[in-house]
Amino acid sequence: MSRANLLDRRRVVSALLADRKEAVVVGGLGASTYDIAAAGDHARNFYLWGAMGGAVMIGLGLALAQPQLPVVVITGDGEMLMGMGSLATVGLQKPANLSIIVLDNECYGETGGQMSHTAASADLVGIARACGIPDTRAISTLDEVAAFAKTLQDVGAGPRFASVKIDSATLERVLSSRDGNFILNRLRGDLGLNPM
Amino acid sequence: MHARADAAEEHAATDTSSWPDEIFSILQRFDVRQVPYVPDAGHSQLIDHVLASSTMRGVSLTTEEEGVALLAGAWAGGQRGVLLMQSSGVGNCINMLSLTQIFRFPFLTLVTMRGEWGEFNPWQVPMGSSTQAAFELCGVKVLRASHPAEVREVVEAAAGQAYNACTPTAVLLSQRLIGTKVFIK
Repeated sequence: MSRANLLDRRRVVSALLADRKEAVVVGGLGASTYDIAAAGDHARNFYLWGAMGGAVMIGLGLALAQPQLPVVVITGDGEMLMGMGSLATVGLQKPANLSIIVLDNECYGETGGQMSHTAASADLVGIARACGIPDTRAISTLDEVAAFAKTLQDVGAGPRFASVKIDSATLERVLSSRDGNFILNRLRGDLGLNPM
Repeated sequence: MHARADAAEEHAATDTSSWPDEIFSILQRFDVRQVPYVPDAGHSQLIDHVLASSTMRGVSLTTEEEGVALLAGAWAGGQRGVLLMQSSGVGNCINMLSLTQIFRFPFLTLVTMRGEWGEFNPWQVPMGSSTQAAFELCGVKVLRASHPAEVREVVEAAAGQAYNACTPTAVLLSQRLIGTKVFIK
């Protein structure tokens, strides 16, 4: 399945998060969550193991609640396709501190590599642009990833959307915590929020 | 084209303020900050209040499940919210309602009912008939208000248990309360 010149997903996510500072990072279920865990566990990592199609909306809720913090959603093409309407909702709300990155391997890697719509016809960058997201990028090099990583810190210029075409190789899973209460309350504690 | 018969009129003598106004002030009192919604005629007055509010952010959705995820993120970031929708949208939320159990975050939704009490449109009846059971299967407690005079009490109780006890709660606002939708040619 792997094609030449496509980026390695773990290197992409490591580069995105290398200088994350105060950023909160939401990971879509499956490989994106493993990639974020592989880049290093962090109190501000919000790992999802389900709720397919909800990653961008969770990011939007966080971004609206914490407008001074960079909020970064990293998810896959299948998860993004399921929640495509949320791009229209983000385009309407225009949260300036929200960034969305799709790791696009053009297939459903977690379930056996079945082809996704982005392999043939769907253009997620075009969809994001058409939904009114002002900064949209199709990324194909690590230099472009590094440049995009810098923009994540600018909480006044989003929302932004990038699709990174990645290699579809299946990598070893790096398992984060699956305990939603732990993940949620660890993040809230790190943000200085009290338990209920 | 579409109007609602004013069922509230018969209660006007005993009811000085309108029930959507009462809901809005309860939400203010509970410090609700994010209000995702898919519009419904029965929620229109409340949505207008939210959009005019300086403390609440109204978030128009493309589908109701977006609102469940939004409220999980809002709570992760320190804000309370409430999801406004119509009964037909409840089915759209089912998988996303898992988040209420996974994260145990305060979840409140206010649902205007269709498919009951003199419904004209048969397409509303199947989902309207299974709305309460669908919520209960997903672990969401259901309260109902059928008359203007009880709305305040029911919504206060629902907000209390949702925000103070993290008990996922839905309030069904009966079609009898809202008024049956009238289809005029």
